[in-house]
Amino acid sequence: MGIEIRGVDKFFGDFVALKGIDLSIPSGQLTALLGPSGGGKSTLLRIIAGLESADGGTIEIEGLDATGLPAQKRNVGFVFQHYAAFKHMTVAKNVAFGLEIRKQPKDVVAKKVDELLRLVHLEQFAHRLPSQLSGGQRQRMALARALAIEPSVLLLDEPFGALDAKVRKELRDWLRRLHDEVHVTTVFVTHDQEEALEVASNIVVINEGRIEQVGTPDDLYDRPASEFVLSFLGPVTRLGDHLIRPHDIDITRYEHAATASGRITRWTRVGFEIRLEVTPDDVLHPDPVQVVVTRTEATALQLHEGDLVWLRPRVGAEAFAR
Amino acid sequence: MASRLAPPRTAGTYVRRLVVVVYLFLLVIWPVALVVQKTFEGGLDNLQTALSDPVVTDALQLTVVVALWAVAINTVFGVGISLLLVRYEFPGRGVLSALIDLPLSVSPVVVGLALLLAYGGTNGTFGPALEDAGLQIAFATPGIVMATAFVSLPLVIREIVPVLQEIGTEQEQAATSLGAGPWQTFRRITLPSIKWALVYGVVLSLARALGEFGAVKIVSGNIAQQTQTATLVVEQKYQDFEKGSAYATSFLLALIAVAALVVVTILRPKDDTDGH
Repeated sequence: MGIEIRGVDKFFGDFVALKGIDLSIPSGQLTALLGPSGGGKSTLLRIIAGLESADGGTIEIEGLDATGLPAQKRNVGFVFQHYAAFKHMTVAKNVAFGLEIRKQPKDVVAKKVDELLRLVHLEQFAHRLPSQLSGGQRQRMALARALAIEPSVLLLDEPFGALDAKVRKELRDWLRRLHDEVHVTTVFVTHDQEEALEVASNIVVINEGRIEQVGTPDDLYDRPASEFVLSFLGPVTRLGDHLIRPHDIDITRYEHAATASGRITRWTRVGFEIRLEVTPDDVLHPDPVQVVVTRTEATALQLHEGDLVWLRPRVGAEAFAR
Repeated sequence: MASRLAPPRTAGTYVRRLVVVVYLFLLVIWPVALVVQKTFEGGLDNLQTALSDPVVTDALQLTVVVALWAVAINTVFGVGISLLLVRYEFPGRGVLSALIDLPLSVSPVVVGLALLLAYGGTNGTFGPALEDAGLQIAFATPGIVMATAFVSLPLVIREIVPVLQEIGTEQEQAATSLGAGPWQTFRRITLPSIKWALVYGVVLSLARALGEFGAVKIVSGNIAQQTQTATLVVEQKYQDFEKGSAYATSFLLALIAVAALVVVTILRPKDDTDGH
């Protein structure tokens, strides 16, 4: 059940957008398709929705073969990055659209629209036009509109990509909580690893038209299947023979079972954290090592640019031999 | 909509404005005003004479019928061709797009001649066959409608195409994913989005159709009370020294066109909120 994707290919001329995609998306969960731009994740989402046709393979949605089904018969809720609001209709009319197409009686439509607008906190905006709403409000309206048809799956294509950082953060939390309420199988596309790690219960990493790894956020972060997944989920640096996250490096002012030593050659302060670059003395590994410490740690150690320091992996850190 | 920043007004501003006003006055306002003035020179006499002349009334009637048909045809095909041009990729799209402008660049007289060659009753390519089937095109109303539709075809398309390009396909895709079929999507989403462009194109098309002269003159045969349209009457009355009727008919033609433009300007919403 959920969404079953078998052997899906997609070509745009000579360009291979997707190659032999096999994927099971579990029912009732929040799944993220994560990957760099142009990696094929949006194309896969559009193929599930029927907005794009696959050049090979099959799609099954909640046990129903949807491969040859046109988009309007798939009962899929789709949310676009740029909202795709019906500009000439009020918020209430936008939400009612799918229900009116399904020829539901007027009182049923009105009740359902009320309910959904309350769910997305837009009840006082029912009679406004989309142009009178902010970006975040428009996207919540688009979500209500997609949920109105009681879709078997909800698909979101970079839903928060066009919003500013603060609104994006709020909407992420809100989507997470909304999903706890409605429990519809949800798939969203994002290129932001933080968004995927925070919101999704299941992440599919897609790169260059292929699936790199499927797993829970912890699986992916702690046990990446490839160097690509490792580096895509967060910054990595090389310490000796290992790849490691910069915040997993212990920095000291004296030698104590250290892996490398060198001088601090770069110092960037970003709010509470300080990003350092340490150039090792070791001629075998001369590349600078990235280290992240908090401001408090740096003050306690009395670190300054140009100081000689020793580095080693922190206790409990995951290091990846390469 | 971005608010315009008002630059400081200098002497140059007023000179530029004056140049524009003088130019428009000499080219448009003054000559048209003269027609109005001549029409009402003897009070309402000219209008009364013209409107009691069956040659004039029949011609006005024919013009209105032809214009309505031409506009109806252009509306349907204009929307269809615009959708084809914007929403579909096909070989020869660029050629089609260029061909759409042909009626604006080719002299209407040439259009009339071409239609006569194709649909003429005695020696046209399709004419004799159609005439045997009981459908006369040249020197009859269908021919006049065709000529008029031909010359005003681009007006609807050129208004709609940019709007279709600007609104994009996302709203239509959203409608489709919500269960709307192609016709429901067109009627509920696409049509309301292009509504004002379409209305404007129709009005321009109507104005053009009312005023068409060259193509109609050749195709119609210019037979009084049968295939003579209002513009042809104006020419004939002017040459026959019935200048009063010529002025009055011209005035009526201009009045209909201006009225249509004014109505649209009043109806059109002032701020076209675009939602971005």
